[in-house]
Amino acid sequence: MSSYRSIVLVKQVPDTSKITGNAMKEDGTINRAALPAIFNPEDLSALEAALEVKDRFGGTVTVITMGLPKAADVLRECLYRGADRVILVTDRGAGGSDTLATSYVLSQAVKKVGEFDFIFCGRQAIDGDTAQTGPQCAEKLGIPQICYLTEIIDVKDGTATLRRSLGAGWEVVKTTLPALITVVEEANEPRPQAAIKVMRHKHKRAPLEAAEGETIAPEDQIEQWSLGCIDADPERCGFPGSPTKVHKILSIVLKKEGSVQVAPTEEGVRGMFSELVKDRVLG
Amino acid sequence: MSNKNLQGEVWVFAEQEGGKLHDVALELCGKARELADTLGVQVGAVLPGYNCAELAKPLFAHGADKVYIVDDPNLARFTSMPYARAVETLICKHKPQIVLYGATPLGRDLAPRVASATRSGLTADCTDLQIGDVFEARSKQEYKNLLHQIRPAFGGNIIATIVNPEQWPQMATVREGVFPKKEADEARTGEVIEEKVEIPAELLVVEALERFVETKKIDLKGSRVVVAGGAGVGSKENFQLVVDLANALGGAVGASRAAVDSGFIDRDHQVGQTGTTVRPALYVAVGISGAVQHRVGMQDAAKIIAINNDPDAPIFSVAHYSIVGDLNEIVPMMIKAAQERVVTE
Repeated sequence: MSSYRSIVLVKQVPDTSKITGNAMKEDGTINRAALPAIFNPEDLSALEAALEVKDRFGGTVTVITMGLPKAADVLRECLYRGADRVILVTDRGAGGSDTLATSYVLSQAVKKVGEFDFIFCGRQAIDGDTAQTGPQCAEKLGIPQICYLTEIIDVKDGTATLRRSLGAGWEVVKTTLPALITVVEEANEPRPQAAIKVMRHKHKRAPLEAAEGETIAPEDQIEQWSLGCIDADPERCGFPGSPTKVHKILSIVLKKEGSVQVAPTEEGVRGMFSELVKDRVLG
Repeated sequence: MSNKNLQGEVWVFAEQEGGKLHDVALELCGKARELADTLGVQVGAVLPGYNCAELAKPLFAHGADKVYIVDDPNLARFTSMPYARAVETLICKHKPQIVLYGATPLGRDLAPRVASATRSGLTADCTDLQIGDVFEARSKQEYKNLLHQIRPAFGGNIIATIVNPEQWPQMATVREGVFPKKEADEARTGEVIEEKVEIPAELLVVEALERFVETKKIDLKGSRVVVAGGAGVGSKENFQLVVDLANALGGAVGASRAAVDSGFIDRDHQVGQTGTTVRPALYVAVGISGAVQHRVGMQDAAKIIAINNDPDAPIFSVAHYSIVGDLNEIVPMMIKAAQERVVTE
């Protein structure tokens, strides 16, 4: 078997499907504490694609995440599913990064890992749905990007043949390696955690997760990198490195205040229709 | 790019395939025209492709003043790197202040690559764009005439306004159908500018081997009115009520996943996270309880009517008009009211 080196980029996200009224603060911002933090669903598909390459063609899987120390949760989940190496990039200087700054930090971390054949990442994360970080990392690393992977057809002789979704339809493409591939949920069924791997890795923690005064045994340490470790220019990270700024946020959970109860009668229905005509909703 | 070109044009990426412009490109020309008129600048359309010069005409008709054509056999079919190189080269040369892309699978593939190369900000899936001033409290600076990029975030639970105060161009993607396609003005003309962009061999490493494009059987996205039925409709036979109401309102037929899974109607009609996302002017939810996976696919409709016999159904949390009652009585009343309206006009 050959040996393909895959890197997977994953993100811990608030579970936006669990948003209820109390997840929004009165000022319209998000109460992140009220939402469970989960493994971004399409990043799990990306991990599965990397593990598939390892199973079918041989190789290794390295996972990188950027986030708060708590994001080490998703790295442990990767170990439980079969990742060989996991790395947490965490640094206050990376807080407030938009997609451009995030892709800069991640691409610097990839460069520190060294040579690779594949980068897999989810098409998009459910907290922003932007689908931008993957292609931006590919550009920063100067490698091709294949977006919306649905099937790994073959990998050989330094090339990969892949099927990708076109929205309405599909395309089979052949790319040279290394390449960055974004994965959609339909691509695969992520494998469950393996009990034996859970036993082996459950004590692994990042140094910043340790309680005060506690030391984590070297064999239980998750690699933790700061911006300095990856040689990142602070001006391109976090707020200074983010061209987009959030100017205003409006909560729309409260939108139903404007809701009208319509009586289930002919008059009620007719009244509603004339209002819709007046508002130019119906021509 | 940090140098702000206040006289910079407003650009639209003119997405085309097989010699046909994507509708969203024409929709964006109309919006770009409005933004450019507010700013007092011109509208440019960027058209990479091969043998596509005749596509300049519709771009002019929909509001462009200039069309920048990059005609190259290597651009005959979309691949990320050559297209990105073409667009980013023109951005660096002409310094537009705004660049808009359709939030199509192609646009969402291309735009971030261009944003990374030009180090500019990009906001995905905007539902509105406006020009306005911004006062930054942190730096106590006033910024004139920024592009306000308005989009839902957090699973559609908040609406955020994003601005790029310092680093331009200001770039955004917009879904098809968000802005109306304005009527073409066939008399409008403009300037065609032919550009040459060098595309080195190392950018040509992705090859398309095979491709299948589904022909759209139904046009859920493009419909101004969508009438959708859910599990509450009860049976395949009864689903005809939903179809009849859609016909009476001149709209398309949608469905919840539950209705599709129950075999009431084909999967092509499914609205929601795993189906189609729609933003029609009017969405009528008939017997749909409104799980979040459905709501994310329709909650941006301008007006929503929900009909359900359960007053606590979550669909009512996003409805503008809530009708609690038996759909078998209410839908026929609506069909009748819709037909009367046509007669009185």
